[in-house]
Amino acid sequence: MIQFTDVYKRYQNQHEALSGLSFNIDKGEMAFLTGHSGAGKSTLLKLIALIERSSHGQVLINNQNLSHLPQRKIPYYRRQIGLVFQDHYLLHDRTVFDNVALPLVIAGENHREIGRRVRASLDKVGLLGKERNLPIALSGGEQQRVGIARAVVNRPPILLADEPTGNLDPELSRDIMQLFEQFNQVGVTVFVATHDHELIKTLPYRQVILQKGRLAQQETA
Amino acid sequence: MRFLEFNLKNYALRHMQVMLFSLGQLWRQPLASSMTVFVIGIALAMPAGLYVLLQNLNQVSNQWDDASQISLFMQADFTDQQAKQFTDTLRAWPDIAAVEYQTANQSLEEFRQLSGLGDLLNTLPSNPLPALVMVNPSKNSLRPDAVGSLLARLEILPEVEQAQLDMEWLQRLRSMSKTGQRGISLLAILLSLSVLLVIGNTIRLAILNRQAEIKVTKLVGGTNAFVRRPFLYTGFWYGTLGGIVAWLTLLFTLSLLSGPINELSLLYNSPFSLQWLTGQMFIVLPLSGMTLGVLGAWLAVGRHLSAIEPR
Repeated sequence: MIQFTDVYKRYQNQHEALSGLSFNIDKGEMAFLTGHSGAGKSTLLKLIALIERSSHGQVLINNQNLSHLPQRKIPYYRRQIGLVFQDHYLLHDRTVFDNVALPLVIAGENHREIGRRVRASLDKVGLLGKERNLPIALSGGEQQRVGIARAVVNRPPILLADEPTGNLDPELSRDIMQLFEQFNQVGVTVFVATHDHELIKTLPYRQVILQKGRLAQQETA
Repeated sequence: MRFLEFNLKNYALRHMQVMLFSLGQLWRQPLASSMTVFVIGIALAMPAGLYVLLQNLNQVSNQWDDASQISLFMQADFTDQQAKQFTDTLRAWPDIAAVEYQTANQSLEEFRQLSGLGDLLNTLPSNPLPALVMVNPSKNSLRPDAVGSLLARLEILPEVEQAQLDMEWLQRLRSMSKTGQRGISLLAILLSLSVLLVIGNTIRLAILNRQAEIKVTKLVGGTNAFVRRPFLYTGFWYGTLGGIVAWLTLLFTLSLLSGPINELSLLYNSPFSLQWLTGQMFIVLPLSGMTLGVLGAWLAVGRHLSAIEPR
């Protein structure tokens, strides 16, 4: 599902963020991406989300070669990927419902379908009662769950998360991870960048460990 | 086919939603929005108002077209016996509508009455005034160049001492009005440009204000068209509302002017009354406002939207 082959990413200041990276994540797998700050985790996720493009090498996502994807097709490509961010990236002038509905509105779903799927998605993350609230009225953990509801509302085959538990206490972090596991159990490929070692130690998933832009090791826990 | 129909309906519905959403956004900041709308309105009202006044001026000068007349002062040896033949010849010219002959004696008589010199003129040994032929050009040859050529052809006739167009000042008025038209076109272009800039700048600020939203929208798969749409509709509303304000401003200004103008034309015994052109302007102003609004928004969006990409 996610396949990197000899991928390099060099920035204009000659800094090499990724060097000859190759790894593979299967369809329906759940895996963690770990490594120190500056090891290239964010760069790797940006390559998958096509926020940036690789300097060299091949990135294959869901059987699409990203270096061959023209700029104008990027929006449609991104609709296949649910993105979860450390800072949630919620729109604070819109209700929880409207935040979660955004990907469906963009995709041009009709009104009834949007209502149905937004509620289903909010139900899954346990926030069904808060759809009329503004994000600011929610706790950090709740805001993150709104972000997850938005990421899965259009049922993408891949779910990417960048430090989703970065600002949360251990108990809330476990709840969030459980959510990811639930989505994985229904067939979604889940790839989570995190440095929360305490948490992932307890979970039975493979780790892709980066060190200075290279693959340090792959651990099957 | 059903599917296509459904999608088309969905598409139109989405446009309607975005349209109303943009209007709602303007509504939520009434002060800032109305200031922009008024700037646009005034900028559009100025050339429109001048245009209306100029049209009125043209209308007045058109009324005087029929009065355009050429006077032919005949040679001193031109006799009344020659007159019949001469006027008949002229009447046959296609660009002449009417010819009137006035003998030298009639001219003297007229002069006597108008000047009030009376018997004093009897002391003259002979009549110093020439016979006069007054020529009215036909309707088709009232254009300045046609009248000019007619004048030239009359002037070289051997019987004619001098030909004179009485309405040369009318030509001057015409050319002045032409200059005015040119000036108004230029003014309209400049002010349209300023409307473009005002709308462009407003949209630019709106884009900067909603940078976060644009980034998120792009991250969850929003196309450029989707991101662009609300801004284009914002420009659409600014322009259209500005056009309506321009129309109201025009009405207001003309209502202030129409009183004095009617009084003036009454004093001149003229049937003239101010034409407001309200119907025409009610279509032209909002339409041009709308066009400028969408265009200005399009330029601003094209310039600034590509700069906002998720990093």
